[in-house]
Amino acid sequence: MSGPAQLEVSDLRVQITAQHGVVRPIDGVSLEIGAGEAVGLVGESGSGKSLTLKSILGLLPPEAKVTSGRVVFNGTDLTQLSRSRLNKVRGAKIAMIFQEPMSALNPVMRVGNQIAEGPRIHLGMSRAQSVRRAVDLMRRVGIPDPERRFRAFPHEFSGGMRQRVMIAMALSCDPELILCDEPTTALDVTIQDQILRLLAELCRESGTSLMFVTHDLPVVAQVCHQVAVMYAGRIVERGTVAEVFSRPLHPYTLGLLRSAPDVDRPGQSLVPIPGSPPSLASPPPGCRFHPRCKFAEEDCKATEPPLRLVDVSRVTACLHYERCLDEIGADT
Amino acid sequence: MSTVSVAPAAAPVRPRRARWYRQPTLVAGLALLAVIASMCFAAPLLSSFNPDTQNLEEPLASIGQYGHLLGTDQEGRDTWARLLFGGQADLRVAIIAVIFPFIIGTVLGSLAGYFGGWVDVVIMRVIDIVVAFPFFVLVIALVFVLGAGEKSIYIAITAVGWVSYARITRGEITVAKRQEYVLAAQSGGLSSVRIIGRHLLPNVVTQSIVYAMSDIVQNILAIVTLSYLGLGIQPPTPDWGTMIADGQNFLTTQWQLTTIPGLAVVITGLALSLVGDGLADLLRPGTS
Repeated sequence: MSGPAQLEVSDLRVQITAQHGVVRPIDGVSLEIGAGEAVGLVGESGSGKSLTLKSILGLLPPEAKVTSGRVVFNGTDLTQLSRSRLNKVRGAKIAMIFQEPMSALNPVMRVGNQIAEGPRIHLGMSRAQSVRRAVDLMRRVGIPDPERRFRAFPHEFSGGMRQRVMIAMALSCDPELILCDEPTTALDVTIQDQILRLLAELCRESGTSLMFVTHDLPVVAQVCHQVAVMYAGRIVERGTVAEVFSRPLHPYTLGLLRSAPDVDRPGQSLVPIPGSPPSLASPPPGCRFHPRCKFAEEDCKATEPPLRLVDVSRVTACLHYERCLDEIGADT
Repeated sequence: MSTVSVAPAAAPVRPRRARWYRQPTLVAGLALLAVIASMCFAAPLLSSFNPDTQNLEEPLASIGQYGHLLGTDQEGRDTWARLLFGGQADLRVAIIAVIFPFIIGTVLGSLAGYFGGWVDVVIMRVIDIVVAFPFFVLVIALVFVLGAGEKSIYIAITAVGWVSYARITRGEITVAKRQEYVLAAQSGGLSSVRIIGRHLLPNVVTQSIVYAMSDIVQNILAIVTLSYLGLGIQPPTPDWGTMIADGQNFLTTQWQLTTIPGLAVVITGLALSLVGDGLADLLRPGTS
């Protein structure tokens, strides 16, 4: 980690009050991201990764509430800010890129104006300045003929082009951090690769940090340095991408890696994780993964395993993480 | 952190405009409306008679009699002149009376839909109270209390008519605010006013505009009804409602006195409905 953390999420808890009781989709998430870093947040659907991202910027739906925890960005706790002060951070310091580039763009507003809106509000630019900046940003994200495309509407763009527009919008105010919510999930694999390269390159050039939510492990490997694995509203493992992918210290991470195909090891059979994720309304006691875990012991059912440091910069929430290492050792 | 370098760029080029003239309903409606409106507002050119001048020597003239194109009424006033000048008053009042409810209803509806919570509850309860009364009953009662005349018509129609716009806008915004582009706008640090004004309303205002066209029809009917009851546009200013009311005594002998202003109301309503339908097709986002 380079220097002090730029964004530090500590013990974040989110509660949704539904008709049939209270659900806790995020239950004690801690994360940090240093300046210029790219951190991946992986997990299956419903693990709370997107919600974690949204709660950083206070974008939770009205029925969801942050019940405890802090989101400290450059020394200020974002959860305590008033709406108007939060609006000075949103877009200006922390920008967000969404999963569906079609629905995340206003269908009746010209794309250029959508890109130019941020600089006009946050950087105090005149209309002419912001238009020039938008055209320049469109060129930088690889949209051909930006002067003409400035006045196009989102439906005239392909999925990949729309996501480029989203990236241009995110970069428009030179933010310090960009939150990405599965930005390439809706795209073809070839376009996906182009977009990821573009995003990684632009962030590296400008020193922008990146928080990347995805369920796609190769994407994390391509873009991120650090990775955090989420399961049922909690972080179960954290570390550098290289370490976590080569030596997972949590059986869930191990399961995720084994259930995804690996180009470098063709012919290897995929091993699915048995069972399905727990109900967030009544999560199992102890370790939330124990009903699906082949290494589970009696103590896994009784105690909630805390996240603990087990190696230099390796953190896991598994009581018996050595078994993962044994398992990998047995394989190779 | 390095800043994004800004290179000088040429001004954006204008793409083609949406082709409104390819909507047959819209074109037909606009053409019909243009004919009606230009006839009404060019009334002095189209009729040599003064609509208010009585001529008691030529009362109840038939069509074409004594040089009166559509005859005269019981006081010998030229029906054709009164029809044109009456349309002027009715159209003017109907169109002005749609602007205030449109603005008030759209603003209140957006606030209710976007913020929800107690704002929504308060606005919706007020709407419920207004909606509990039939439109005409409330308008007539209000005009009766406020006193007959043009100003009372504006106030009464605004007080009653805004609820339709508020309900349409609220419904549309309640759905639209769940769209991801609103979340994206929020994540970009835009204020609520800006999100409503620049992002949500342009997406949802179409419905209100289309409704406004049929609302003008309803306003014309309301004005005509009020004038028929003697509460609307005051004599001697000619008006279709007063003409229908005055003519009904002579229905068996001089049918044109009621039928012609009645037809004028129907044709104007048809023109506005066509415009409304055409606009609905044209403004629906994503189609061309």
